[in-house]
Amino acid sequence: MSIVYKRPEVFTDEYKKYCGGCGHGIINRLIGEIMEEENLVDKAVLIWPIGCSVYADKYFKTDSICALHGRAPAVGTGVKRSCPEDLVVVYQGDGDMVSEGMAEIMHAGIRGEKFTVVFVNNSIYGMTGGQMAPTTLMDQVTTTTPYGRKDENTGHPVNMAEIISGLNGCYYSERVTVNSPANIRKTKAAIKKAFKYQMEGKGLSFVEVLSPCPTGWKVKPLQALKWIDDVVTKQYPLGVFKDCGQEEK
Amino acid sequence: MGDKVFMQGNEAFAEAAIRSGCKFFFGYPITPSSEIPEYYAKKAPSEGLTFIQAETEVSAFNMVAGVAATGKRGMTATSGPGFSLGCEAMSYMSAAGLPSVIVDCMRPGPADGEILGSQGDYNQLTKGGGHGDYNTIVLAPYSVQEYADFAPLAFDLAEKYRNPVVVASDGTIAKMMENVEFPEKIAPKGRSDWACDGINGRDHYNDITTCGDGPEQWEKYNLNLQSKYTKIRENEQRWEEIQTDDADILIVAFGSLSRVCLTAMRIARENGIKVGIIRPITLWPFPVKAFEKFADKDVKYFVTELNAGQMVNDVKLAVNDNKKVEFYGRLGGITPTPVELYKKLCELYK
Repeated sequence: MSIVYKRPEVFTDEYKKYCGGCGHGIINRLIGEIMEEENLVDKAVLIWPIGCSVYADKYFKTDSICALHGRAPAVGTGVKRSCPEDLVVVYQGDGDMVSEGMAEIMHAGIRGEKFTVVFVNNSIYGMTGGQMAPTTLMDQVTTTTPYGRKDENTGHPVNMAEIISGLNGCYYSERVTVNSPANIRKTKAAIKKAFKYQMEGKGLSFVEVLSPCPTGWKVKPLQALKWIDDVVTKQYPLGVFKDCGQEEK
Repeated sequence: MGDKVFMQGNEAFAEAAIRSGCKFFFGYPITPSSEIPEYYAKKAPSEGLTFIQAETEVSAFNMVAGVAATGKRGMTATSGPGFSLGCEAMSYMSAAGLPSVIVDCMRPGPADGEILGSQGDYNQLTKGGGHGDYNTIVLAPYSVQEYADFAPLAFDLAEKYRNPVVVASDGTIAKMMENVEFPEKIAPKGRSDWACDGINGRDHYNDITTCGDGPEQWEKYNLNLQSKYTKIRENEQRWEEIQTDDADILIVAFGSLSRVCLTAMRIARENGIKVGIIRPITLWPFPVKAFEKFADKDVKYFVTELNAGQMVNDVKLAVNDNKKVEFYGRLGGITPTPVELYKKLCELYK
């Protein structure tokens, strides 16, 4: 009998505090699998945000730092400059990155910091109870846009993978999602590529992952997966926006 | 110790920090602190330093937190408006036990204010500044030599207690030039067992977080911090006494203003008034022990600061309201003259 599915050994026994149908668990798992497959556990420093993944430092048997809200790219800058041989992963949600920490992520990209950013975009504030994020879709109902998001008051959604790809310091930027087995495999390939570029000493590698939030969106998990295909990817198209590794070939 | 060199305060501090093994500087330009980042930027290639001009002080302080989390020496330097932005990270680094050094070249606030010497950040530096129950050690230099001496001391204290240490200079100490002697360069220390610099062969993984896991856990966490602060209060009070033995009036002043008080004291003594000086060196922990030996003596206190009266409250607490404590301060970046202080002292205690 062959093993086709097992828990990554880099995971601790800690119970993961994510809601049913949430994408964080899948993305955490992919990071764990890749670190094991690429022998990076020993070199990893994972930097976690404030948001739904705030307790993820408890889930991995690696060095972990939980940063202040929005500041993970600044902390990551300090860590990577201090330990350039390490795998530094800056993990952020959309409220953390695009609202509170917009300056930090933009300038990490401007400086071309040589770490990997895994950006989990579920277009809502999950942990604080479903408020609007800068990434919230037009007309999306949240607790702070109870009549739907309207541009005259809040402007439009922010497409980070495209924005970051426009910075010279960015080496690789791709948007993926985890709403189907095929897409999960593509997400794994994107994060793996990002880690590879980092270990080769390239500039900022940025992977935006569209992630379902059934609790915040107030839909059933399967509806959330379908909503990503039907609605979310219309605002946030999947694809590679920059890959200097391809261009160099 | 090497030869004496004539050097500006900020540059002397930067040189001493480099000699203390601080290879990482992150900062945002602000008067009167900018010579420190400029010195690091200039020395970066020859000394193998990392210098980053951060986008904001918020980021600079968090970059320092990142380096500190890997167990290496990192610092930033700023002035009041920037320190206010950094207070979020001060709260974080204190809670997370990250040893770091922050220079605050105080200038007069509130808000944008002015750029000359001031001591208006005393409350912010000693009472927290950021959110929650935390304290940081605060060292206040009164000369360029002491400013430079505080670089190795600040890093040693930060690592001893795994706590941020603030060096509180001001527009005067930062900008003035004096003779200074530097310590020999020290070799960088090895890895720290608690730090997040990648496992890399260590027999355990490390986790740095300031997120509570329920009120019981977080109260315990806080109590541990408090017991550290108690230990610091017991061990690290520093002050200087000048001609206090026969004094009837004790001037209490720190930093650049204490230099002016030396001349004011001389004038007073020439005029038959026995004046001495208590100069707090640590603003936190406040040197309450300095006041204990005068508890049974018939002395009066004259507290002078470059603010509207901030340290004076700590002096009143230190003497338990058992002594007369008068205050005189100047605002806006004005430093009083020795004669002005002497006249004020006479007026208050005639």
